[in-house]
Amino acid sequence: MTKTPILQIDNLHAGVEGKEILKGLTLTIHAGDVHALMGLNGSGKSTLAAILAGRDGYEVSKGTVTYMGHDLLDMDPEVRAREGVFLAFQYPVEIPGVNSTYFLKAALNEIRKHRGQSELDAIDFLALVREKMKLLELGEDLLKRSVNSGFSGGEKKRAEIFQMAVLDPILAILDETDSGLDIDALKTVAEGVNKLRRPDSAQLVITHYQRLLNYIVPDHVHVMADGRIVKSGDKSLALELESKGYDWILKSS
Amino acid sequence: MSTSTDTIESLVKQDYKYGFVTDVESESAPPGLNEDIIRLISTKKQEPQWLTDWRLKSYRHWLTLKEPQWQFVKYPPVDFQDITYYSAPKQKDDAPKSLDEVDPKLLETYEKLGIPLRERARLAGVAVDAVFDSVSVGTTYREDLAKQGIIFCSFSEAVREHPDMVRKYLGSVVPYTDNYYAALNSAVFSDGSFCYIPKGVRCPMELSTYFRINAAKSGQFERTLIIADDHASVSYLEGCTAPMRDENQLHAAVVELVALEGSEIKYSTVQNWYPGDEQGRGGIYNFVTKRGLCKGRNSRITWTQVETGSAITWKYPSCILLGDGSKGEFYSVAVVNNRQQADTGTKMIHIGKNTRSTIVSKGISAGHGQNSYRGLVEIRQSAENARNFSQCDSMLIGNSCGAHTFPYIEVKNTTASVEHEASTSKIGEDQIFYCNSRGLETQDAVNMIVNGFCKEVFKELPMEFAVEAQKLLGVSLEGSVG
Ligand SMILES: Nc1ncnc2c1ncn2[C@@H]1O[C@H](COP(=O)(O)OP(=O)(O)O)[C@@H](O)[C@H]1O
Ligand SMILES: [Mg+2]
Repeated sequence: MTKTPILQIDNLHAGVEGKEILKGLTLTIHAGDVHALMGLNGSGKSTLAAILAGRDGYEVSKGTVTYMGHDLLDMDPEVRAREGVFLAFQYPVEIPGVNSTYFLKAALNEIRKHRGQSELDAIDFLALVREKMKLLELGEDLLKRSVNSGFSGGEKKRAEIFQMAVLDPILAILDETDSGLDIDALKTVAEGVNKLRRPDSAQLVITHYQRLLNYIVPDHVHVMADGRIVKSGDKSLALELESKGYDWILKSS
Repeated sequence: MSTSTDTIESLVKQDYKYGFVTDVESESAPPGLNEDIIRLISTKKQEPQWLTDWRLKSYRHWLTLKEPQWQFVKYPPVDFQDITYYSAPKQKDDAPKSLDEVDPKLLETYEKLGIPLRERARLAGVAVDAVFDSVSVGTTYREDLAKQGIIFCSFSEAVREHPDMVRKYLGSVVPYTDNYYAALNSAVFSDGSFCYIPKGVRCPMELSTYFRINAAKSGQFERTLIIADDHASVSYLEGCTAPMRDENQLHAAVVELVALEGSEIKYSTVQNWYPGDEQGRGGIYNFVTKRGLCKGRNSRITWTQVETGSAITWKYPSCILLGDGSKGEFYSVAVVNNRQQADTGTKMIHIGKNTRSTIVSKGISAGHGQNSYRGLVEIRQSAENARNFSQCDSMLIGNSCGAHTFPYIEVKNTTASVEHEASTSKIGEDQIFYCNSRGLETQDAVNMIVNGFCKEVFKELPMEFAVEAQKLLGVSLEGSVG
């Protein structure tokens, strides 16, 4: 008996302004699994992430995306978020003047409302925040500042994973979370992500380098080139890629 | 999926909630402007001769002036002979002695606007002077304030009851020769508020004037004069609305503030005059002269304004920093949408030693709105060690609006330090998508982003009015300033 997958992408063709970027991408993600999506710059990884999260401006010309048995592409981005989809941005966006804690509380309460749960008050929310903060060794002062405003590259990435910890998604998509992190920060973030692994949720970890996969150990590794997945395997594929380079795959595929 | 720009634009479109007309019988002067009309206004108000003469002098000066053209706004010429300069709700006998005698229809009007005047319902902690067209219909909490020697009444009453003080200060900050609209106002001003805070008294509540234009084709020309004596302090708030009409209506007020030694005046405006419709029909022309004089040492004047209404806004609340060590501050949020135009900013004139000024201006443009910041920082030769900091930020919503910045800096003393920072940002689809991706609706996202942008200004407003201002930004915000 097979369970309903969390995410099922079937022959997805999509582009922007008439330019096709995804050219027949197929990928299935089951609960409890961590998938790594690798590929050279420009292969379409961020485009896939944006389409999954529901960013405006992409045209899907062919294929389907099913999330927990429902048509994902039919949902507004905020509905996807409330249904448990979370995207950790490659380039997190600054929102000056909007307090980080306030922002995150508003987001969490939208999600809780959607799930029929009661909204958290300031006290309960703060308790939750403190607990999750330990996970990422995040300084409390970051939360007093405006959303991502003036954060260093590393702080932004950590703040993204912190949001993920608080919002507790079913499908987390991490877009190049490792870029801009030094090795210590990378370890902290990776440990945080690992602690968030649950049997009923899944992670899609997008990365360019194998480095992150030393700490977040994937169950499946996919290599993307020119808008589609050209090779899939287990974690050894990432190592192979590291030693042989992308050329090897691109030639053999 | 619609583009998020469309969504944002539809969100900032909202109906004007205060557009109703009150059906009261009013007594109006015939339209048109001449010396007889001015004498009529003066007689109606039982004014002393010196004031009638002052009005006539102003009128004659006005006749020699031309309407200014330099501001970055466009509108057809105003026909000053087509305006009614005096309109007042008819009273049974004389002026009502107390609020109980005020026409219930008027009280109802203010209730509908959220400004209850009746004793039982009046706002706690805020004394209100309600001005309806050309006259003040009532002032709350007067007796309580009088116990501390604070005078808070309509301008007409002040002329009758405190003529010496009015005579001493009227025109002392904004002379009738100052500019076209100030001259016009000096000739025809009808009513407004007067307050005096005696030496050493901190005014225990917010003082507030609520202006309402009701009559068609009438102009509103009110005059406000606030004097804080040595070491006194007061916080004052001005609010305003008008019915929706297809013609443009003129509002040309003058506000004068005088701060004596060690005193503080905080003047906050939440301006919500009818802005006209989507095509730009109707709306108020808001041509206002506001100026404060920091006369005494270490005095301080703070202007905070949230400008969301009017078809055209043209105003520069300014500070003359005469006293050594005095401080002037200007915090402004100006929002334009549809066909609205705003040309607003401030002037900080440093004359005394060690004077300081701060300017924080936030302009938000949506629809086809045009928003200009115009500011002058002048450091005179006498102003040793003067300091100024200016920050002007603009936010654009959509592609058809505009933001413009015109900073003027004149420094005549080398010890001065003047800093100017400016930025323009577009409310980003990135920012909205980021919020969406965390579960927030676009409307809530826009509210949050806009409020975040205005935060530095909102924190200067008295608490209750900060909430009001957020609502006025065009969307119901529900405490989203974090
Ligand atoms: N908004 C856009 N408009 C035009 N081309 C785009 C846009 N976004 C991405 N692309 C192009 O699509 C390709 C894939 O980009 P991206 O998804 O960012 O790749 P990756 O994340 O794998 O580096 C690149 O060639 C890029 O230039
Ligand atoms: Mg990318």
